[in-house]
Amino acid sequence: MSYWNEKYECMSKDEMRRVQTERLIKTVTRVYNNVPHYKAKMDKAGILPGDIKSVDDLKHLPFTYKQDLRDTYPFGLFAAPMSEIIRVHASSGTTGKKTVVGYTKNDIEVWAEVMARTFAGAGAGKESFLQVSYGYGLFTGGLGAHYGGEYLGATVIPTSSGNTKLQLSLMQDFGTTHIACTPSYALYLAEEMEELGIRPEDLKLKAGIFGAEPWSESMRREIEARLKIKAIDIYGLSEVIGPGVACECEYQCGMHIPEDHFIPEIIDPETEEVLPAGSQGEIVFTTITKEGLPLIRYRTRDLSSLNYEPCKCGRTEVRMSKVTGRTDDMLIIRGVNVFPSQVESVLLSIGETAPHYMLIVDRKDNLDTLEIQVEITPQLFSDEVKKLEDIERKIKKEVESTLGISAKIKLVEPKSIQRSEGKAKRVIDKRVL
Amino acid sequence: MLVKQISVFLENKSGRLADVTRTLADNGINICALSIADTTDFGILRLIVNKPEEAEKILGENEFTVSGTSVIAISVEDKPGGLAKALAVLQENNISIEYMYAFVGKNGNSAFVIIRVEKPEEAVKTLSSCDITIIPSQQVYCQ
Repeated sequence: MSYWNEKYECMSKDEMRRVQTERLIKTVTRVYNNVPHYKAKMDKAGILPGDIKSVDDLKHLPFTYKQDLRDTYPFGLFAAPMSEIIRVHASSGTTGKKTVVGYTKNDIEVWAEVMARTFAGAGAGKESFLQVSYGYGLFTGGLGAHYGGEYLGATVIPTSSGNTKLQLSLMQDFGTTHIACTPSYALYLAEEMEELGIRPEDLKLKAGIFGAEPWSESMRREIEARLKIKAIDIYGLSEVIGPGVACECEYQCGMHIPEDHFIPEIIDPETEEVLPAGSQGEIVFTTITKEGLPLIRYRTRDLSSLNYEPCKCGRTEVRMSKVTGRTDDMLIIRGVNVFPSQVESVLLSIGETAPHYMLIVDRKDNLDTLEIQVEITPQLFSDEVKKLEDIERKIKKEVESTLGISAKIKLVEPKSIQRSEGKAKRVIDKRVL
Repeated sequence: MLVKQISVFLENKSGRLADVTRTLADNGINICALSIADTTDFGILRLIVNKPEEAEKILGENEFTVSGTSVIAISVEDKPGGLAKALAVLQENNISIEYMYAFVGKNGNSAFVIIRVEKPEEAVKTLSSCDITIIPSQQVYCQ
């Protein structure tokens, strides 16, 4: 059993409450004083930092939504001066604009700390070779795992995503013991290994830390059987910090949340009431140590539940269940957040009116595929094939630059996409996870 | 002199071509000539019919995506070299063909060819001046 920070990971509930109370008050005061948007929200709700006496008062604070980040794009919710912000990351927003997050030096350290706990929980340590096959860049996956691995003292191999043959040859040559990537990429690696005649016994791989996209227990069993490793589930979102918001230990029975940094709540997404422990609902996070972008009761739109029982591993931290769905229409395709409205904005820029469209998401050979069906309009139609193919190409190019992932564009006949009353159905997700 | 062609967008799924022809048949519209351009996902059906305006309207009402295009109909002798002569004229005058298709006329020894070019009026003048027979639209529709 290896803890990274036993003091906090195994802290008694009472002591944790004291830590949370102190840090929550500090954070609420910070955002009220430094962020006009938060001050306005709290003034409107009639609540002052002084009203927060303990962590129990959290429920009185107003929620923060993705819309708040959009309204204050790019840096409006930052609670530290830009001179203290040392890094930004960005993820896709619901429209053209990205969601931007900023980190102070201390935030980067907090992030490395929670990621180090994650890796330690998955059995990694100073002697480990950690291959980071998440993309490096604006996406938080690559750099988040990278800094956590270094903080832990492991030997980090920053391969980033793609180039599978190189990934496999380095895994053999360097003796990679742990890998961080998406679960679908893990299965893709297994397939390539079979193709190239590399047996799991030829590698030193012990465990994988997999996240950034939804996956199931059956997928876990498949990865574990084919790669002969332990497959650990990790959860995170860039707004809260990135990867490391929660992660399983080796007992794989719920993801531990470093409660001394992030306080979770489960709410009913409709009534917005806090639900009792064990209930299924939307998970909401309040960050209590971040300086750059502290978030008060951030609505993740992810559905989960919380278990406050201590874990077999000895950690006392609350555990969240695997995310079972979303309360909005966000999709995660190849680890990238995709909103149907982004596709709509692309189509609007191409024709005078946005044609009807449908996203068909599937998983073939363990890789997510995205097909976008677009109804042809009389304005777009031509008697020449090359003009129609030009339109497909143009949409494809724009979609790829907006979403950051490739898509197949298929022109279809008008009215062939099913119409629904009320909220339009824009997505068919055929993936069986 | 130009002939009006009707183009219809068709998804590659069974029964769509039958749907178009049935709609035309139900409205007493006769198809004189047709061609289909197809890709993996979709096809473009191009039609010459006896009542193009009516056909366009009816197909549109039946929720097909339709457009009308002006094309040229020429008559070539139904013997070796007949088409080559006409195409040589276009080549010499740098008129490029987007697409073309042929059909046999009812009156026997000549074939009709539908040609789609970027600037049809200019092409008609060039072809006429080089003794290529242009078929007037009414004659094409009456086939």
